[in-house]
Amino acid sequence: MDLMLWGVLPYVVLVLLVGGLVRRGRHDRFGITTHSSQLHEARLLRIGSPLFHFGMVLVVLGHVVGLLVPRALTDAIGVRDHTYHLIAVSTGSVAGVAAVAGIGVLVYRRLSVPGVRRATLRSDPLMYTLLLGAMLLGLTATVLNSAGAAGDYNYREGVSVWFRSLFTLRPDYGLMADAPLAFKLHILLGFALIALVPYCRLIHMVTAPVQYLFRPYVVYRRRAPGGQPARRGWERAS
Amino acid sequence: MRPMAQIAMVMNLDKCIGCHTCSVTCKQAWTNRRGTEYVWFNNVETLPGQGYPRRWADQNRWKGGWERTRSGRLRLRAGGRARRLGTLFANPDLPTLDDYYEPWTYEYKNLIDAPAGDDMPVARPVSQISGEPLDTLQWGPNWDDDLGGAPEHAPKDPLVEKVREQVGEKIRFEFEQSFMFYLPRICEHCLNPACVSACPSGALYKRVEDGIVLVDQERCRGWRMCVSSCPYKKVYFNHATGKAEKCTLCYPRVEIGMPTICSETCVGRMRYLGVMLYDADKVTEAAAVTDEHDLYPAQLESFLDPRDPAVEAAARASGISDDWLEAARRSPVFDLIRTYQVALPLHPEYRTMPMVWYVPPLSPVVEAVAASGHDGEDAGNLFGAIEGLRIPVEYLAELLTAGDTYPVEAVLRRMAAMRVHMRARNLGEEPDPAVAHSVRLTGDELEDMFRLLAVAKYEDRYVVPTAARADADALADSHPLDAACPVGAEPGRPVLLNLAPTRRTV
Repeated sequence: MDLMLWGVLPYVVLVLLVGGLVRRGRHDRFGITTHSSQLHEARLLRIGSPLFHFGMVLVVLGHVVGLLVPRALTDAIGVRDHTYHLIAVSTGSVAGVAAVAGIGVLVYRRLSVPGVRRATLRSDPLMYTLLLGAMLLGLTATVLNSAGAAGDYNYREGVSVWFRSLFTLRPDYGLMADAPLAFKLHILLGFALIALVPYCRLIHMVTAPVQYLFRPYVVYRRRAPGGQPARRGWERAS
Repeated sequence: MRPMAQIAMVMNLDKCIGCHTCSVTCKQAWTNRRGTEYVWFNNVETLPGQGYPRRWADQNRWKGGWERTRSGRLRLRAGGRARRLGTLFANPDLPTLDDYYEPWTYEYKNLIDAPAGDDMPVARPVSQISGEPLDTLQWGPNWDDDLGGAPEHAPKDPLVEKVREQVGEKIRFEFEQSFMFYLPRICEHCLNPACVSACPSGALYKRVEDGIVLVDQERCRGWRMCVSSCPYKKVYFNHATGKAEKCTLCYPRVEIGMPTICSETCVGRMRYLGVMLYDADKVTEAAAVTDEHDLYPAQLESFLDPRDPAVEAAARASGISDDWLEAARRSPVFDLIRTYQVALPLHPEYRTMPMVWYVPPLSPVVEAVAASGHDGEDAGNLFGAIEGLRIPVEYLAELLTAGDTYPVEAVLRRMAAMRVHMRARNLGEEPDPAVAHSVRLTGDELEDMFRLLAVAKYEDRYVVPTAARADADALADSHPLDAACPVGAEPGRPVLLNLAPTRRTV
């Protein structure tokens, strides 16, 4: 069981994610969009959306630090465990609460504004369920862990080490056996959400328009033919 | 000098009868789909009025277009790049559906499906957005058409507010005392487009060959910055596909030498399509002049004369084909904008260098003169009225020249001179050469202007070069046919004809 969940599943998720992204990129660029509903309702969106998105950016950064920076490194630069957790929990909970509040507003808006409700995609109910579930379980795990309800479990010696071992292709799945249930569920829902990214509106996150900062204002393009690379199947015969 | 070609349009507002045929044919051709129910790539507004979307010209609210910074550079009015990315998650300047209107249909089915009863069945209006019945329709496209409800709605016209501020006089909206004209609007296909510049994904682009501004539907990610940054509010958000859409200047028609649908079907024959050559090196400079009143002359100066041999040589060098150069020489748009200078840009103060220009209407002036019991086609009366009727002229100046009344008066005088001159012709009198001279034209030029503006033959209004000729030239240069006969190719290798480049992707 542990092998399946923590040794095999992560790679299945990875395949679903990469495969889905490649498929969308090749065959369904037209479908990649934010599916914004601001046209229907702007007031609640202007509160909820930035709260959620900026909160999530911080949350993701927090996960990156928590999962990828080994304990040995923070020890070496003299950050003690207590300080580390103080920083992690304080910034993490602010970001997490902001994101949860934001998504709360957004879900309320989606259900209560008729235009927005009609603009809901078929994949949205599943996506919102997984997203809310993963976020709430993450917060629960954090609260339980800091309150000491999970004994003296330190995720930096369990979950994080297991997560890093995934990259070596020799997952240390035994480490996850001791993790508290909230952590396990949070990770499973997180996996489901990551696997869902290419198949729902979340795909807009991989098209974050960073290049806007560097390109000239006005974009010129030549009319086909000649200007753009030929479409697949339409290349020049050589 | 870096000449580029642009398909531009001029509309003669004097002849627009406000029939909305352009809007309807455009809608049938392009936006009669789910997600674009509220979208009109072409719409006709009654002025004074709020327009579509409501009060779109109020840039203090919508932050469309460009502004000049203190250092003399151009910045998008809604802020620089970093600020725009910061507002990515909720665009503070985006109009909502209420600012356009909530599109609706009627329960027509009820008319034939209702069970027999004492009352006539009715077709209730139903929202096309929520699917719910709408009890009272509050606003729609052309709600204030023909000044309908003007005493209530027209004072909210941003231009009316500006004129009142500056002239200190209220425009009167009582029947018989106001003036009115129509303003058909499409995308301006600007030389310095704010929508293109605001698109975070780089999905909007300006075509090199003909200057048409398009949205790459495969690259658009629905960030909506183009919608708010376009000061003319001519980029729309398709709420079903989640992508931006806009007027395409009917490029599939234009590419094969046909006029756009709105032009083709214009009942008043008031639209003109043709090529303008401009100097791409001058655009940024012209868009950034200090004084807003200089924007119109600066844009005028960035256009190139296709009869100038130096321009011709430079145009050839930058890949503009002979076909296009010939079209540029015959361009009716060039004549109206440059030769006779009777066309003016729409809201040049947005600094986007718009390329759909307008001949201002003389009719408010003529009507005012006629309503006062005088001869509306007498030179003295007309010239006097152009100077005397401050409000229509001020209003037109806010619309077309960033508030500078001088060019508007000059254009109206030319239009008036043409009327007076042609009336003499029609009555078999000898036209007074002083009339033509007073607007610095000759009688022959006034008659040529008359042929272009009033007679307006189809082939004079639309001079559109095809893309195919340019393609063929490029093809011949870049894809020489294989020297060997394909039939004699070695066995095992598939025999392919050298066809791919001629097939355009759809």
